[in-house]
Amino acid sequence: MGNAAHGSNYINAEKGLMSWLTSLDHKRIGILYFVTILFFFLVGGTFALLLRLELFAPNVNAAGQAVAGAIFKTGDTYNQALTYHGAIMVFMVIVPGIPAIFGNFFLPLQIGAKDVAFPKLNLASWYMLMIGATMAIATMFLNKVDTGWTFYTPYSIRTSGSVSLMIAAVFIMGMSSVFTGLNMIATIHKLRAPGMTFHRMPLFCWAIYSTSILQVLATPILAITLLLLIMERAFGVGIFDPKLGGDPVLFQHFFWFYSHPAVYIMILPAMGVISELLTTYSKKTIFGYTAIAYSSLGIAGVSFFVWGHHMYVSGQSELAGVIFSFLTMLVGVPTAIKMFNWIATLYKGSIEFTASMLYAMGFMFLFVIGGVTGIMLAVLPIDVHFHDTYFVVAHFHYVMVGGTLMALMGAIYHWFPKMFGKMYSEALARASFVFVFIGFNVTFFPQFILGGMGMPRRYFDYIPAYEQLNKISTVGSWLIGIGFLIGLVSIIQALRSGAKAPANPWGSKTLEWHTESPPITHNFSHEPHVTEGPYEYK
Amino acid sequence: MSTSKMINGVPVQEHFKNAHHQFDTAKMGIWLFMATEILMFGGLFVGYAIFHMMYPEMFAEGARFLDWKLGFVNTLVLIFSSLTMALGIHFIQMNQIKKAVWALAITIVCGAIFMVIKYFEYTHKFHMGIFPGNLLDIAKLNEHLTAQGLDTVKSTNLGMYFGFYFCMSGLHGIHVIIGMGLITWCLIRAVRGDFNPNYYTAVEGVGIFWHIVDLVWIFLFPLLYLVG
Amino acid sequence: MMWLFSLINRANAQTFMPTEGSDIATRVDNLYAFLIATSFISCAILIGGMVYFAVKYKRKSDNDKVAYITHDTRLEIIWSVIPLIIFLVVFAWGWIIYHDMRKMPENALEIHVTGRQWAWMTEYKNGVKSPNIVVPVGRDIKIVLSAEDVLHSLYIPSFRVKQDAVPGRYTALWFKADKMGEFHVFCTEFCGTAHSGMITKLRVVSQEEFDKWLIEESEVSLLPMAQRGAKVFQTRACASCHNVDNAAVKIGPSLHQAFGADRDLEDGEKVAVDDNYLRESILNSNAKIVKGFGPRSAMPAFQGQLSEAEVTALIEYIKTLSK
Repeated sequence: MGNAAHGSNYINAEKGLMSWLTSLDHKRIGILYFVTILFFFLVGGTFALLLRLELFAPNVNAAGQAVAGAIFKTGDTYNQALTYHGAIMVFMVIVPGIPAIFGNFFLPLQIGAKDVAFPKLNLASWYMLMIGATMAIATMFLNKVDTGWTFYTPYSIRTSGSVSLMIAAVFIMGMSSVFTGLNMIATIHKLRAPGMTFHRMPLFCWAIYSTSILQVLATPILAITLLLLIMERAFGVGIFDPKLGGDPVLFQHFFWFYSHPAVYIMILPAMGVISELLTTYSKKTIFGYTAIAYSSLGIAGVSFFVWGHHMYVSGQSELAGVIFSFLTMLVGVPTAIKMFNWIATLYKGSIEFTASMLYAMGFMFLFVIGGVTGIMLAVLPIDVHFHDTYFVVAHFHYVMVGGTLMALMGAIYHWFPKMFGKMYSEALARASFVFVFIGFNVTFFPQFILGGMGMPRRYFDYIPAYEQLNKISTVGSWLIGIGFLIGLVSIIQALRSGAKAPANPWGSKTLEWHTESPPITHNFSHEPHVTEGPYEYK
Repeated sequence: MSTSKMINGVPVQEHFKNAHHQFDTAKMGIWLFMATEILMFGGLFVGYAIFHMMYPEMFAEGARFLDWKLGFVNTLVLIFSSLTMALGIHFIQMNQIKKAVWALAITIVCGAIFMVIKYFEYTHKFHMGIFPGNLLDIAKLNEHLTAQGLDTVKSTNLGMYFGFYFCMSGLHGIHVIIGMGLITWCLIRAVRGDFNPNYYTAVEGVGIFWHIVDLVWIFLFPLLYLVG
Repeated sequence: MMWLFSLINRANAQTFMPTEGSDIATRVDNLYAFLIATSFISCAILIGGMVYFAVKYKRKSDNDKVAYITHDTRLEIIWSVIPLIIFLVVFAWGWIIYHDMRKMPENALEIHVTGRQWAWMTEYKNGVKSPNIVVPVGRDIKIVLSAEDVLHSLYIPSFRVKQDAVPGRYTALWFKADKMGEFHVFCTEFCGTAHSGMITKLRVVSQEEFDKWLIEESEVSLLPMAQRGAKVFQTRACASCHNVDNAAVKIGPSLHQAFGADRDLEDGEKVAVDDNYLRESILNSNAKIVKGFGPRSAMPAFQGQLSEAEVTALIEYIKTLSK
C-alpha cells in the first residue's frame, strides 16, 4: 500500500487550468478526455432527442393534412441533425470513449507502469481530438453537413455544405485515435512492471491491446479514403465519381474496411470493462481467462475480413456476399465465447448489486440481444430485407449504446472513487441505471419491429402505419435522457460533496486499487512486483 | 508524469528503466507509425490497381505524358539520400558529429533536389493543361499535342489517371517536405550537441521515416512512369 | 418444435412483417422465424442464466465463500462449437435463398426503374413511363435499376427484396408476385432532402388489366395538352414538393393560383409568373428562386430531361390550376 501520509496526489500536485492543459500525466490527460467526451456526449444526445421528437408523429396525417408541431421544418434540417448525431457519437464519443478515458487512466496503473510510453504524444492526441472536434462543430455554424456519418459518394461529392471541413475534422480525429492506439501498444509491450507477464494482465488491458491494434491498422485506410474524398470535392479526381468512370461502391468498400473494425474499436474496450466489473462485484476469479483474452485478438483479426456484410445490396457480386456472410458467422463465435465465460464467472460467486454491477448486467442483457440480431443481419436474405431499415438502427444501438455506453457508465461508477477520491450516491447511480435500462428498451425494441415492417432509416417522415411504435420509441428516449441526467447529477454531487474514498472500496484485486485514491503523481510509491494473476479471489 | 534525468549524457524520462529501454520503446512507436503510413499509401495503391485493371488503355495513355527520365533521376536522388541518412546515423554512433551533420545536410539537399525536379514536372503539366480530374483541360492539351505533331487524347476519362498521379505523388511530396523539416530539426540538434553515441533516438526515428518515404517512391516510380 | 416456428411465423407475418407478396417472401419469413426461435432460446439461456446466478449467488455477507474455478476446456469447446454449428446452418440456409433471389429468371418481363432525387420512374419496353410500378400477377418480373444522380435503393418490403441503384452501372432484382394489390416501394439509400418522400406504389394486377393499362398509357399522346401535362406532373413526382390544390408550401412553392400572379425572388426582384418564367424554372430551377427557397434551389434541373412537348404540356397544366 502506498504512503498516504503527506496527502499529495495527481489532482492537487499542481494548480490552475494551465497545469491541466499542459500536463503530461496520463491520469490528468484521462480526466481531460473524460470532461470533453462527456460534453460531446451531451451535444450528440441532444441531437438524438430532437430526432426522436421529430419522429413522434408523421408530418402528414392519414387525410393528407400537415400535422402541427413538427420541430424540423424541412428534410434538410433533419438530415443535418442526424449527421451530427451520428458523427459526434461515433467519432467524438464512442471511438475515443473507453480507450482514451479509462485506457489512459488505468492501463498504466493496471500494469504497474509510471506512465504511458509517450506522454507528449498522449497530450498531443488529446489536442488533435480537440482540433478535429472544433472543426466538426464549426461546420454547424458554417454550412451544415447533411451526408450522414458515412459520407457515401456520390452524394457527399454533390451536396453543398462544409463536407470537406467535416471530413478533414474526422481525419484529424482519426490521427488522434491512431496515436492513442500506438501509445497503448508500446506501453503494454515495454512498460509492464516486473512479474507482470502478458498472462497476468487484467483483461481490460487485453481488450485495450486488441483495440489499439485495430486503431493502428484500420484507421489509415479511413484517412486515405477521406483524403481522396476531399480531393474528389476539390478537383473531381474521379475515383469515386461515376462521371469520370469512377466507382461510388469502391468508396463503400474503403469506408467499411475501416468502419467495420471500428465497430470493434467501439465494443472491445467495453468487453474489457465488463470482465473487470464481473470479477470485482462477484468476488470471483474470471472463468476462462485465456479464452476471453484471445477471443479479443480473434475478433480483432477476423474483423478485417467482414466489411462486405454492410454491402449485400450495394451491387457487389453474389460470391462476395456469400464469403462475407460466412466470415461474419465466424466473428460471432469469439463473441459467444466471451458471453458464456462471463456468465460462468457468476456461478458460485458472491454478487453485490452495486450500480456498476447493474450496468454490467445491463450490458450483458442488451448485448445478447444486439448479438443475436447481428447474426440475423449476417444471414444474406434476412439482411436484404432489413438493410437500411430501423432493424439495423435498433441492432447497432443495442450494441453501441446497450453495449458500449452501458459499459462506459459501469466503468465510470467503478473507477470514479479511484479517479477523484470521492464516493458517489449509490441510490442516485442505481436510479440512473433503472431509467437508462428501461428507457433504452422502450426506445429501441420497437425499432426492431418497425424495421421488420419495412420502415427505412434516415426518414424524416413516415407512413401512418408506423406511428404507434414511433410514439413509444420517442417516449423511451425521454426516459434515457432522464437516466443520463440523473447520472450526471450523481457525478456532480459526488465531486462537490462526496465522502472520501478509501484506496480499495470494492475489494478489487487489480493493481490500480493498490495505490491511494486518488493516486499519487508517480502512481505507486514503490514499483509493484507482480507474483500472481489479476483476479485471485480465493 | 515525465520529468527526465541525465544518465551518462542521456536524458531518460523517468518512466523508463534506462536509456536502452527508452530507445527500444521509441523505436517500436516509430515502426508502428510507419505501419500506418504504409497502410495509408496502400489504400491508394489498391485504388490504382483496381482502376488500372478497369481502364488499362487510359492509364497507358496517361503515363506517356510523364517523363520517365526525370522520374528516374529522382529515384536515384532519393536512394542516394537514404544512404546519406544512414551514414548520418552511423557517424553519430561513431561519435563523429561533424561528419554526421554533413551527411544530414546532404540528405536535405537531396530532398530539395527531388522537390525542385517535381516542381518542374508539375509546372510543365499545368502549362499543358494537365490538372487532376475534372480540371484536366483536354482542349488545351490537344492544342499542345497537335502543335508537336502528336495524336490527340483518346480517353475521355484521362482526368482520373492524373487524379491518381497528383494524389499519389502529391501525398508523397508532402511527406518529403515533412521529412526535410524533421531532418533539419535533427541537424540543428546535432550542431547544438544534443546527440552522442548513447543518445540519438530522434535521428534514428527520422531516419526510419525517411527510408519509408523513399520506399514508397520506389513503388510509385514504376507504377506511374513505367507501367502506365 | 416445428409448430412453434409456424406459430411464430404466422403471428409474425400478420403483425410484425408486411404481407408476404411472393414465394421468396414466405421462404425468407420461415428462415426469420427459425432465427427468432433460436434467438429466443439463446436469450433465455444467456439472460436467464445470468439472472438465475445473480439471484442465487447474491452476496449475503462480506465473507461469502466463493468457488475458485479458472476454466473448463470441455465447456469452452461446447459453447464454441454449438453456436458455430447454428451459425453455419443459418448461413447455408440463407445462402440457398439468396442464390435464388440473385439468380435472374430467364424470360422475365423486364422493366427499367430509374432513381433520381427524389422520385422513381418506371419505363416499359413499349415506351410507357409511370411513377408507379405496375406489374402482372404470377409472372417473373426483372427490374433493371439505374440512378441519375446519387445512390438510391429500391425496396419493396412485401417482397423482401431490395437493391441499390448505383449511378454509372445497372443493377437488378427480380420477384414474382403471387398476390394482387398495392404495395409500398421505398428508397432506402440516403439521397438527400426528400429521401423520405421518395415513396411510390407497386401495383400488382391481373395480366389482362396489365395489358389494358399498357395500351391506355401509350395513348397518352392523344390526350388534350393540359391532361398530358397533368400526367407528366404525376410521372415526375412534382406533387411531392409542389401543392396544386391549396396555397400551403411543401418543399417548393405551391402552384395553386400561381400562374398570372407575381412572385418575390431571393434577390429582391419581382417577377410575373408567365409561360417563359415557368419554362425557365422547370428547366433550370436556380435561375430565379422564389424568396424563402434559397440560396440554392432544392429542385433538380430538368434541362435535357423533358422533351419540348412535355414542358409545354406541363405549363398548360399549371395554367389550369389558376382557374
